[in-house]
Amino acid sequence: MLRKLFKFHGGVKPQTNKTQSTTEPIASVPLPDRLVIPLHQAVGGHPRPLVQPGDHVLKGQRIGGADGNLSSAVHASTSGIVRDVAQAVMPHTSGLTTLSVIIEPDGEDRWCELEKVNYRSTPPDELRDFLRDAGVVGLGGAVFPSYAKLKPGKEGKLKTLVINGAECEPFITCDDMLMRERASDMLKGIVAMRYMLQAEEVLIGIEDNKPEAVASVQAAIKASGETGIEAVAIPTRYPAGGAKQLIRVLTGIEVPHGRRSTDFGVQCFNVGTAFSIFEALEHGRPLISRLVTVAGNVTAPRNYDVLIGTPMDHLVRLAGPRPDTDRYIMGGPMMGVRMPGFDVPVVKATNCVLVGSATMFPAPPPEMPCIRCGECAKACPADLAPFEMYWFSRSKNFGKAQEYHLFDCIECGCCSFVCPSHIPLVDYFRFSKSEIWSREREKESADGARDRFEFKNFRQEREKQEKAEKLAAKAAATREKVATEGAATPAAADGEAAPKPKPSGDDAKRALIEAAMEKARQQKAQVAPKNTDHLAPDVEADIAAIDARRNAAPARAADTPDA
Amino acid sequence: MTGIALVLGAVLGFASIKFKVEGDPLVEKIDAILPQTQCGQCGFPGCRPYATAIADGEAEINQCPPGGEEGIRKLADLLGREFKPLSEEHGVEKPKSVAVIDEATCIGCTLCIQACPVDAIVGAAKQLHTIVAAECTGCELCLAPCPVDCITMEAITETVDTWKWRYPVVEIKAA
Repeated sequence: MLRKLFKFHGGVKPQTNKTQSTTEPIASVPLPDRLVIPLHQAVGGHPRPLVQPGDHVLKGQRIGGADGNLSSAVHASTSGIVRDVAQAVMPHTSGLTTLSVIIEPDGEDRWCELEKVNYRSTPPDELRDFLRDAGVVGLGGAVFPSYAKLKPGKEGKLKTLVINGAECEPFITCDDMLMRERASDMLKGIVAMRYMLQAEEVLIGIEDNKPEAVASVQAAIKASGETGIEAVAIPTRYPAGGAKQLIRVLTGIEVPHGRRSTDFGVQCFNVGTAFSIFEALEHGRPLISRLVTVAGNVTAPRNYDVLIGTPMDHLVRLAGPRPDTDRYIMGGPMMGVRMPGFDVPVVKATNCVLVGSATMFPAPPPEMPCIRCGECAKACPADLAPFEMYWFSRSKNFGKAQEYHLFDCIECGCCSFVCPSHIPLVDYFRFSKSEIWSREREKESADGARDRFEFKNFRQEREKQEKAEKLAAKAAATREKVATEGAATPAAADGEAAPKPKPSGDDAKRALIEAAMEKARQQKAQVAPKNTDHLAPDVEADIAAIDARRNAAPARAADTPDA
Repeated sequence: MTGIALVLGAVLGFASIKFKVEGDPLVEKIDAILPQTQCGQCGFPGCRPYATAIADGEAEINQCPPGGEEGIRKLADLLGREFKPLSEEHGVEKPKSVAVIDEATCIGCTLCIQACPVDAIVGAAKQLHTIVAAECTGCELCLAPCPVDCITMEAITETVDTWKWRYPVVEIKAA
């Protein structure tokens, strides 16, 4: 039966360059001398380090604990000794550092004790906690913690579970090779995910330039005997692998601005994620390795099963980089980002290390003015107007850029690809987005500071008032006391004046002052020098002797000896 | 006619109660632009008093060093006044920083706690004080009262979470 497919707007057809790296099967990588495992690899909070320098860790041991609502654990990729828990450069364009665990492998590659889970007999909440602690995150590139997505939504069930095997970005073939070689395991992961999400049907979307993968997945489905799972070949057009675009192609549902696909009964996962869920549930193995394509300026492009934390240059060396190599790009040529160095580690988000050189990726021609030809709008798969967003981003009019739905931009790069003026549109959009985020953060902290400042003022006012009230109460009490005493005294002394019911203001004040002065006098009398009281007899004798000497001293000074 | 007048009068009366504006909206708008550092460099005890002074025409818009040039531009836009460079007598624009207490030197005198406008310093008498960095606005008001000079200002460094994509630079080739 042929399934009716839908189309998404726009898209481009860049040269795919995928055949070079699919000729050889997936290879393993020899252990490097050093693994650098950043603790912060996924969207969400920073995991806390659970190990200290000098600790011996086993393969699969948790070294970073999930912290906060949306965070995911990190594990040791091999057994060895923790050399350091320190800041290290992370695979990020900025070249900034992040807290990382540096492990020196001991070569034994010994697993820690692994705990399997039967997903059918485990409550969903426990299962999600298990996947969080197994560090399973989306391997399509966004590294969103998977457990947070494995919730069936309000209705308690899902209509369609979309599995993303489209892999539309040029050069990258790691999902293709996974589907070719590990389809049956991946399928078991999909079955578990389908159970967790209570999905009616499962659609595995694969671009039709990967016929081997389609055949392999179809054979695996047939062999497993599962029903309601279908591998669908979709037309090759970049970016068919975007979640919203793939959902559109397979189900015809267009997820509108500000809504989630689960609101429409659809959820989307990458094929690599399905495989790592299988590994976690079936073998208890946390996510410590992933498939990485090494392609571009190398003599033997290939896919490798790489331990997280492996330095990129260690990996690329296996594929034979050409001598003019001057850059590594993490990801593909459309969406990838240039790495700050060659020794940055492979992380969970690394689907491809694209090796580049100046001849392979020549510097773009100079940017020309926008002629508002509208090509970018025709190519935009998110139905945006990039030329308008460009205009406002360029002039730093961020409010306006947001009005044109800047945050619906998936940064796929189609607009920059088609622009006849060679404008790096996506760079402008990324700049705008991060500026807006930073302003939002600033605004939030300013609002917090305002609240705290106002509260402090309020508190100081309140304290002042409380103090004044306390003083007033005390003064009133004293006044009353003086009034009663004052009333009693004259009556006793004179015997003629009738006791006044209430002294007038001046009298009361005077009485108060007198009372205070009397009190002070009494206190002064009490506060006699204390250090000469209660002395031991010998000390008293000493003092007497000193006094005697002191009395004698002036006499001696006057040179008239007395005794 | 009288009926209409009565009805409309009632409606207007109701609307004036229902949609009553609390406080001065202009002060709110100005206050929203100010950076809430509460440093007092403008000569007023906090951002809100300065906002009130601007609204009343008693203060210039260029007296806020933490707000910087961008803040002045925003105020100029909002109030329809001419842009002016930051007034020098009120200070200079500095990179955002937080206060740090040297734990070895702090004697626990609580003077900085009293000076902090946003309650970002924790401590008690004769106990070590520390700064809640996330709440510190970098106002520098705690520096002067410290009798042992154990507070320093440290510029906030960029992390991966706060890193921003740079403005795309257009390279101009030499002819």
